[in-house]
Amino acid sequence: MKKRNKRIIGIFFGMIGAGIAVYLILSAFERNLMYFYSPTEIAAGHAKDRDSFRVGGLVVENSVLRSPNTLEVSFVLTDLKSNQPVRYKGILPDLFREGQGIIANGSMGSDGTFNAFEVLAKHDENYMPPEIADTLHLEKPHGPK
Amino acid sequence: MIPELGAFFLVLSLSLVLFQISSLLIGALSDSAIWINLGRRALYAHAVAIIISFALLSYCFATNDFTVKYVSMNSNTLLPLQYRLSAVWGAHEGSLLLWIMILSIWIVAFALFSSSLPKKFVAWTLIFAGIISLGFILFCIFTSNPFIRQIPPPTNGADLNPLLQDFGLIIHPPMLYMGYVGFAISFCCALASLMLKEYTNQWAVWAKNWTLLAWAFLTMGIALGSWWAYYELGWGGWWFWDPVENASLMPWLVGTALIHSLNATAKREVFSGWSLLLAISAFGLSLLGTFLVRSGVLTSVHAFATDPARGIFILLFIVIVVGGAFLIYGLKASQINDKGYAFASRESYLLLNSVVLSVVTATILLGTLYPLAIDALNLGKISVGPPYFNAVVIPIMAPLMIFLGIAPLTSWHRDNWSATLHKLKLPLLGTAIFSIALILMLVENLTIRAVIGLVLSVWVIATSLTTLFSKENKISLKRFDGAILGRTIAHIGFAICVIGITLVSYYESTSHLKMGVGDEAQLNNYNFKFASLDNVTGPNYKGVQAIFEVTNKEQKYLVQIPAEKRFYDTRGMTMTEAGIDAGLLKDIYISLGEKIGTEAWSVRLNIKPFVRFIWLGAILMAIGGLVAMGLTPRRAKL
Repeated sequence: MKKRNKRIIGIFFGMIGAGIAVYLILSAFERNLMYFYSPTEIAAGHAKDRDSFRVGGLVVENSVLRSPNTLEVSFVLTDLKSNQPVRYKGILPDLFREGQGIIANGSMGSDGTFNAFEVLAKHDENYMPPEIADTLHLEKPHGPK
Repeated sequence: MIPELGAFFLVLSLSLVLFQISSLLIGALSDSAIWINLGRRALYAHAVAIIISFALLSYCFATNDFTVKYVSMNSNTLLPLQYRLSAVWGAHEGSLLLWIMILSIWIVAFALFSSSLPKKFVAWTLIFAGIISLGFILFCIFTSNPFIRQIPPPTNGADLNPLLQDFGLIIHPPMLYMGYVGFAISFCCALASLMLKEYTNQWAVWAKNWTLLAWAFLTMGIALGSWWAYYELGWGGWWFWDPVENASLMPWLVGTALIHSLNATAKREVFSGWSLLLAISAFGLSLLGTFLVRSGVLTSVHAFATDPARGIFILLFIVIVVGGAFLIYGLKASQINDKGYAFASRESYLLLNSVVLSVVTATILLGTLYPLAIDALNLGKISVGPPYFNAVVIPIMAPLMIFLGIAPLTSWHRDNWSATLHKLKLPLLGTAIFSIALILMLVENLTIRAVIGLVLSVWVIATSLTTLFSKENKISLKRFDGAILGRTIAHIGFAICVIGITLVSYYESTSHLKMGVGDEAQLNNYNFKFASLDNVTGPNYKGVQAIFEVTNKEQKYLVQIPAEKRFYDTRGMTMTEAGIDAGLLKDIYISLGEKIGTEAWSVRLNIKPFVRFIWLGAILMAIGGLVAMGLTPRRAKL
């Protein structure tokens, strides 16, 4: 009997522990998903209800503007159908360039400009993030073979 | 001629591995020592063929043989020799060949050091190992042959990705693979014990050291990757929760659970089922890691070559190997016979360790695979970022550290709470004193989470040191037990790693600003002066080097830090070479952003307290694993 009681207590605490773990995991999961939208989807209003999300596309040629005295920079992302202006303050990654596919993390400003807190470019000049390749309806580019 | 020879040896090794599997199978089923010996010989020949094949590929790189497509894609005549040689594993095909070579080295090592084990057990282990080799060699030959020619050859190669032209990247992949692939030995031993029924507990004794060795390599491999990312990616991050990092962390976590569980199985004949499942999972997750990295489903710096055929092949292979292993487990699990233990005993803590580490692994797996599943089902594109992993992993790991401190002070089989509590008095007192001192010290910028992290680390260190002096464990020259010493070193290493992570996460100072030559900036107590900017030229790049003079408040000269920006012509890639003044207690980290206007640059200044502790802790963990392995007194054989 005693052994059985012990086992029941063990299972009871195990269940509580597992329950807490599952709760923590799922709530953290829910809160931290980042959705990805293309400029066209943003233009169509799909991203309206999201506080923060990711937008990806090619940096439009001659769209990169720097402010002369701060690290502020603005540029336009395109998926060849719609354009999305982006604002960012900070140091851009090495592979950020006009014509390059990049992803910006951030939220939509009231003026329709995307305020990015993070700009990601990949570490290979041949490489295009799959999200952007899909958005552009290109064939997935192959890396060096 | 040389590349064809390389391909020939690759195919030769394929036929040898087939011969190895079949003769060992005949030997194991008919109990014939001759066939088993023949199988062993085939294994040795197979390993030699693979090593020759690998050497020939290296030779193609050394001699700039651009008729080989893989060489022309990843090398260049201007590339220095050491990078030409490490370029062998700079991309998919060659790193796969490296994987296969390391696998055969592990298997040969096992075959050589297993003379005292039962012949049949060894035979079955080598059969399963052969099947894994077979799968990977087939994969290499049919989807990723590195010896394919390209005629006419280009005049020069496309160069190695500049990010990979670095010492850290010469040794990071081999170390990591030594770890990944090493888990194949525990996996094969686990399956062999299931096939033979007799050794369901005994196999743990035999597999323990191999698992420890693989785990130590994996620990070093992950630490090297983190260190490399820190100084090479140019912004000082040391862990990104990138899916590829997760792919290496998951086998590490399960491997950590495995070494603890194996220890209990070997010593007390408990958790046999757990150990078997963990051994299968650790290698399964290593394979999954390979799949994630190589299939191109991930967006990552590592996903250099994407080819759906490769992904499908590895996925099928995982399903067969891991599915088959679980099937064998399911069919044979009834023969497992565990001994009992009391609730208050060291066994309970080890069980807790396994469960917690498995839960952490499951949460990381969820975060890593969920976006892939959603994408595959066309439900949109999402990503799971660092906030999720931090929010989940940290609270689960915190209680683990409390119990990690207690467990080594408890007794096997049966213990009582009051005796344990008595032993914990001293470390509890030490930790309390430290906590108060810490809170007083940090009172100005107190972060509750940082305090928790530090207090838990000190708790682990205090209790670990106490075990060395406790009655049962006392280390004397007469009775020198490597297992206890190794465990203590590894646990202290873990705590040191946590201290580093905590301090650099909560007390790092960063400043992004625009600076021209002659400008000065302040960060914390330091003054940074942009002293000069000069052009530099390397063998395959051009660039600029900025010198920063860092002084402290009293204007006492401190240090000059060079930071570079390089442009690699062949690939057209720009690279940041951060300037780092490394110190045990803090790193000063400076990197150049981009040129703004004609004179100025964007500059990133960082002061990273205790960041070295992260890698120092990892090194201690690996050393602890090796010590526990080398000095364990051998237990009596069955």
